[in-house]
Amino acid sequence: MRLERRTHTPLSLVVLAPVAAIGAALILAAGLVAAAGVNPLAAYAEMLRGALGSRLAITEMLTRATPLILTGLAAAIAFRARLWNIGAEGQFYMGALATAALGHSLGLPGWLGVPLLMLTGMVAGALLLAGPAYLRLRFEVDEVVTTLLLNFVAILFVGLMIEGPLRDPLAFGWPTSVPVDAAYRLSDLVPRTRLHIGLLFAVAAAAIVWLILDRTVFGAETRAAGLNARAAAFAGVSLPRTIMGVALLSGALAGLAGAVEVMGVTAGVTTTMSPGFGYAGIVAAMLAALNPAGVVVSAVFIATIFVGADAMGRATGVPSFIADVIVSLCLLTMLVALLFTSYRVRR
Amino acid sequence: MNPVLELVGITKRFGALTANDDITLSLAQGEILALLGENGAGKTTLMNILFGHYAADAGHVRLFGETLPPGRPRAAIEAGVGMVHQHFTLAHNLTVLDNVMLGSEALGRLRSARAEARAKLRGIAERFGLPVDPDAKISRLSVGERQRVEILKALYRDARVLILDEPTAVLARPEAQRLFETLREMTREGLSLIFISHKLHEVMGASDRVAVLRGGKIVAERRTAETNAAELAELMVGRKVDRPVRSEQRVGAPVLVARGVSVGPEGARRLDDVSFTVYAGEILGIVGVSGNGQAALGALLSGMAHPSTGSLTLGGADAGALGPRGLVGVEAGRVPEDRHSEGVIGELSVWENATLERLRRPEFSHRGFVRRAACKRYAASLIERFDIRGATPETRTQLLSGGNMQKLVLGRVLCHAPRFVLVNQPTRGLDEGAIAAVHAELLAARAEGAAILLISEELEEAVALSDRIQAIVKGRLSEPVAARDADPQRLGLMMAGVWTGDAHAS
Repeated sequence: MRLERRTHTPLSLVVLAPVAAIGAALILAAGLVAAAGVNPLAAYAEMLRGALGSRLAITEMLTRATPLILTGLAAAIAFRARLWNIGAEGQFYMGALATAALGHSLGLPGWLGVPLLMLTGMVAGALLLAGPAYLRLRFEVDEVVTTLLLNFVAILFVGLMIEGPLRDPLAFGWPTSVPVDAAYRLSDLVPRTRLHIGLLFAVAAAAIVWLILDRTVFGAETRAAGLNARAAAFAGVSLPRTIMGVALLSGALAGLAGAVEVMGVTAGVTTTMSPGFGYAGIVAAMLAALNPAGVVVSAVFIATIFVGADAMGRATGVPSFIADVIVSLCLLTMLVALLFTSYRVRR
Repeated sequence: MNPVLELVGITKRFGALTANDDITLSLAQGEILALLGENGAGKTTLMNILFGHYAADAGHVRLFGETLPPGRPRAAIEAGVGMVHQHFTLAHNLTVLDNVMLGSEALGRLRSARAEARAKLRGIAERFGLPVDPDAKISRLSVGERQRVEILKALYRDARVLILDEPTAVLARPEAQRLFETLREMTREGLSLIFISHKLHEVMGASDRVAVLRGGKIVAERRTAETNAAELAELMVGRKVDRPVRSEQRVGAPVLVARGVSVGPEGARRLDDVSFTVYAGEILGIVGVSGNGQAALGALLSGMAHPSTGSLTLGGADAGALGPRGLVGVEAGRVPEDRHSEGVIGELSVWENATLERLRRPEFSHRGFVRRAACKRYAASLIERFDIRGATPETRTQLLSGGNMQKLVLGRVLCHAPRFVLVNQPTRGLDEGAIAAVHAELLAARAEGAAILLISEELEEAVALSDRIQAIVKGRLSEPVAARDADPQRLGLMMAGVWTGDAHAS
């Protein structure tokens, strides 16, 4: 048995790959569910009902998908340029923290304050990735290591701030930062639910990222640099400028996810506000084969697993950590599926 | 005499393409068989089937009378087939001995079997005349030595039939000469050889028998002594091909002038105090044995390296610090040495590769947005004008053949009426038809007044195209000689570093 490179990948295969990957992941995880003493089919049915079974469930799921779309876009744009940003989690927290800090006592009307706070989150996220990008360009420091480790630095920094200068005195000792002013809370998309207009911002961001990557000179140069850096440089593409541009955009998207989550859902920042949005964003980007429109779909899928697993845990007693297992398995099976979209098996 | 190897009725299809069509071929003991054909004729596919990399759709392979199981490289190795690939498969950070042992000895024995393996390697090297230091790191070896290691690797596994895929593609002429002498020695030791080539002079000089492959079929088999290069060329291409001939023309003003240019830090100069002038309407050829500074010269003239001393001017203005985009901006075209790693981005479409250099120009983008329709129209015009076959603007570039890829790289440079063009190894790896097309385009650009600097390791090519020739040796350039005064002997001396009136001659 051997692998032969495909000269052409049919569209059906591009669509089929993530579907097959998800199917395989669910089958693999079924073993674990069964080991917990529950019928996997019943458990998965419970999961679907919990995420999509009611209006409230769907809005909860979409609330969860909103930051995931943004962190997924952050990973997609960086990975396209072969900039391995594993630090969306940290950038998310820095975006959230900056937004809460500035949004607590900003004396501006809402229509001006909201965009300004989103911009603040974006700048904070971008700055956190600018460092690793600079180190990579200047000294060839591996950004996988620096971005990954900065996640822990960022979360500890958030902890420091909410124990200190940004501590919310009205939270009765609960470790949370001061909340953003009510004027800057994002309005509800569906009344009496947690779903907020941040979802629309996230979808708009996906459209803008697609436009940048697919239609602009910067996007073309990004793709060129990612696929063959040497040939891109030969053709006159400035690698440092391209990589730095991609880093700023990627960090900004992850920072925006944090800003939107604070303004839309949590109001204050805690060190546990992200159930791994940054890491799950990597899975969302991979499942979508780094396609911005696909990221929206895969983020919704991952949110379904996360929200559904909570419901499944309540109904069947299977620990909801199974969601992390399923999402991680999806990344592995998707990597295999991607192999088969570019190679065929020959006997 | 019984054949050692027989291929019987081999057929292999890839989708709609029939790469091998009912091929029957045999190899006698101690024989050198040349498999001649253009790129895409099916030579490599056939050898991959023989070696078990691919399984044939029909037909079978017999080795010493035994049928080989299809699609099993290990079975082929054990039966005594050795393959030397065009692109070497050596671990650069390991020694020669490690590389030879890897894959043939069990991992656990890599340490314990060293002494034994060293003795065996010594024995083989001596017997076949392939001297090599077993403890040298691969990264320190020259290309010719690395190839020797590949051959030793096959012999270490007791290969009795050796297949060499385009063995001279990476070698300079003297190295190739030496290789063929070695191969001849090896047949005296009982080995039988097949080598794949599209170079006629090699086939004529080094083989006993020639099988010509065209369009997946064997179109002719000849004893080498009973044929000639012209007949083989016609058989291979299927029609008569003549390379275009340079006609005399008056040259114009100096365009590109280098004065005392060095590249690289003091003490480790990659180019050392070189001076040359390229005039409008002439081709200046730079010849030399590979690894003598051609890469640095190519990098300098394509903007990837900058002069550390001296001056480089284009039309009187400084060009040393321009960089790739700056050079394109002043209409200096660049054709890189390696199309795959520098010339094109294989995963991108033809139109994206055609426009990448000039994407920021107003004809291809507006306020940062790519004008896709204009780009595709431009790519279509390139395809049309430069006869890039098998391409539409949307085709993924890596699907093009080497010759058509080169026409794309050349076309995107030449269609802008460049003042200066650097062409580095423009026909390496191309077949006869594509070489003729590339030569014709270069001569046409010359006729229109472009100043062209040609770096080539193919002497015939340099002599046929160039008006003047300089040799590059250890990062230094000889004085130019006119092409009509450049007989092979003089060029040979120049390439060895012997040139008159030069204090640096060694």
